[in-house]
Amino acid sequence: MEWKKIDQHLLSRRTLLAASGGLISGVILKTAANAMTVFSPTDPTKTIGRGSSAIGKRAPVEQLTRYVNRPTPSGESMCPIQDLVGIITPSDIHFERHHGGIPTIEPETYELLIHGMVERPMKFTLADLKRFPQRSRICFIECSGNGYSGYYKQGITEELSPQRLDGLLSTSEWTGMMLSTLFREVGVKPGAKWFLAEGSDAAVMTRSIPIEKAWDDAMIVFGQNGEAIRPEQGYPARLLLPGWEGNSQVKWIRRLELSDKPFMTREETSKYSDPLPDCTARLFSFVMDAKSIITFPSFPYVLPEKGWWEIQGFAWSGRGKIIRVEVSTDGGRNWYRAELQEPVLSKCQTRFRIPWNWNGRKSILMSRAIDETGYIQPSYAQLEKVRGKGTSYHFNHIRAWKVEQDGRVLLGLNEMA
Amino acid sequence: MKGYQLLSISLVRKITITSATVIFLASCIEKDRKSVMGSLPDDSTYYQNPADSMVSFPKDWPESFGYGRTVLAEEISAWDIDVMPDGTGLPAGSGTVSEGSIIYKHKCTACHGVTGIEGPFDKLVGREPRNNFPFGKDYKYSSMRTIGNYWPYATTLFDYIRRAMPQNEPGSLTADEVYALSAYLLHLNEIVPSDAVMDLKTLPAIEMPARDRFVMDNRRGGREIR
Repeated sequence: MEWKKIDQHLLSRRTLLAASGGLISGVILKTAANAMTVFSPTDPTKTIGRGSSAIGKRAPVEQLTRYVNRPTPSGESMCPIQDLVGIITPSDIHFERHHGGIPTIEPETYELLIHGMVERPMKFTLADLKRFPQRSRICFIECSGNGYSGYYKQGITEELSPQRLDGLLSTSEWTGMMLSTLFREVGVKPGAKWFLAEGSDAAVMTRSIPIEKAWDDAMIVFGQNGEAIRPEQGYPARLLLPGWEGNSQVKWIRRLELSDKPFMTREETSKYSDPLPDCTARLFSFVMDAKSIITFPSFPYVLPEKGWWEIQGFAWSGRGKIIRVEVSTDGGRNWYRAELQEPVLSKCQTRFRIPWNWNGRKSILMSRAIDETGYIQPSYAQLEKVRGKGTSYHFNHIRAWKVEQDGRVLLGLNEMA
Repeated sequence: MKGYQLLSISLVRKITITSATVIFLASCIEKDRKSVMGSLPDDSTYYQNPADSMVSFPKDWPESFGYGRTVLAEEISAWDIDVMPDGTGLPAGSGTVSEGSIIYKHKCTACHGVTGIEGPFDKLVGREPRNNFPFGKDYKYSSMRTIGNYWPYATTLFDYIRRAMPQNEPGSLTADEVYALSAYLLHLNEIVPSDAVMDLKTLPAIEMPARDRFVMDNRRGGREIR
C-alpha cells in the first residue's frame, strides 16, 4: 500500500495542539440545539461545595442515555457511542438485546450445569465459580445485526447518529474464569466438538459453540467494569466469547452441554444465519470482521467554524488487534493514517484520531480499519458484492459522514458506495 | 490464593488438548450446497486456529479443584430440553395436525396471526419465494423468511416451541401439544399432509425444503472479503 504524505489538510498532532490551544479552553462542543456552551458564570471558588456521598452521579449536563429502539422483551437499546471518550463503556449504557426479557435470578440459588460428553457432569454455584482461578480481560461485544439500517438504507434519513446506526456495540472489562478451567474440572470426553450454551431467560436462549473457542479464550464472567455484571448483561453470569457476535455470548448462562455435533437451534439457523447472493445461507458466522466508525464529527454535531478539528472514532476487530486505521476527508480518494490511542487491545474497541483543517467546504469523512490478519474494512460495494442486498448480519462496510458548508454533519447514505 | 497463582505463572506447561486440522474449511467453498450435518467429517474441527489449539494450565494446579458437585441424572433431565436434528432429545408423545390447529387458534394467533402470516411477530407460514432461495439477493425478501422456505431442520420447531413459546407462558406446553403444533405448522407450510402425526420418529425424518441451502462460514480474515 502506498502512503501519501500528510499535506496541508492533515498536520501532525503537535501542530494541531499548538494551533488550537486557545480554542479549547472554556468551550464545550455540543449538538445543533446549542452549538456552544460557556462554563457557568458563577465562581465555584467563592461557595463551599457539597460533601462526600455513598454513590456518585454524573454532572447534570453530562447525562448519557441509551436509545431504546424497541422497549419489548425481545427488543434492544443502543449505546451513545458518539458521547464516549475512552474505550470502556459505562455499564449503565452498555447496549441491550434480549430475546425473552431480563430475568430476575437470585444469586443464592443460581447454578451452572455442565454435562453431555464429559467425565463428571457437575453443577457449580456462583460461590463455586468465584473460587476458581480468575481472569479479567477488556473486549468488545457487538450485535451481529449492528448497522443494519445503514446497509439496507431503509426507513432512515441522513439525520442518524452513530448511536442509532452502530450503537449495538460496547466494551467492558469482564471478570470471571476461563471456560477451559471449568472444562478441565469436568473432564471433556474425546470426540466432543461443540457445546450448547443455554440461558435461563424466558427464551431459554441457546447457541451451539465450537469447542475450540473454549480452549482458546472463552470465559464465564460474573464481573463487569469492576463490579457484579448488570442484569441487562447477564447477571449473575454470562458466556463471554471475545470477538464473536453478541447473540452467541449467552447471558444468564445456566447450562453447557458438550456434544459431537451442533444442535441447530432456532437462533443459529433461522435467525443468525447469513443469506448470500449465491442462494445459500452461511451458518455459524461467529467472528465480527474488522470495522470502524468516525464518532466525531458525526450527526448531530455541528462544526461552528472552519479550522482545526480532530477527527475521532472507534475501530475494532473480532480477529485480534487493530493495526491501522485510515481516514479520508474526500470521500475515499485519499487516505491518511490515523493515530491509535493506547492501549490497543485484541478484540477490543480502539480509539483513533487525526487532526483535520476543515476549509469550510463540503467534505466526505470516512474511516477504514485494518486488523492484524491484514483484513481491510471493505467498501459498501465490496461487501454488497459478496453478501448481496438481502443478507442479514455482519454489516462492517465503511461508514461515511457529510460535513455541509454550514457545519452540519449528516450520515453519508449515498456516499457509502 | 493470589500468591499461589503468581507462583504458578512461571511454571506454565503446555498441554496439547486438540490438534486442529483444516480439512473441512479448506474444502468448503461458497457453491458447496452439501448440508451441514452431512458435510462435517467426524475428525474435523470447525474453528481453525492453530495457535489456539494449545491450552496452558499452570503445572501446579491440582488435578481437580474440588468445587461444584456431581449431579443426579434427574437433575440433568429436568434442564436438558434440547432436541437435535437426528431426534436426540425428543420425548415420548405425539400430536396431529388437527390437534395443532386448535392449540394454535387459542395460544398463537395473537402474535402470529390467524393463518401464520399476519403477525405482528414472526411470519411462520409461506413457501414463496419458491424458486432458488433468493434471500441474499434482495432486501425485499428479508421479511419473507418462514419455517417453510428457510428453516433447515424440523426438529428445531419442537425445540424452540417447547422452550420459549407461547411468549406469555413460556415452557408451558406438554410434549403432545408441541408435537401437535409442529405438525400443524409443517402442514400449513405444505410439508406434511393433513393427516400427519408427529412423534419422536416422524419429526426428525422430515426433510425441510431449505435444508441443503446452508453452508459453513468460510471467512478467515486476511485480505479476502467474504
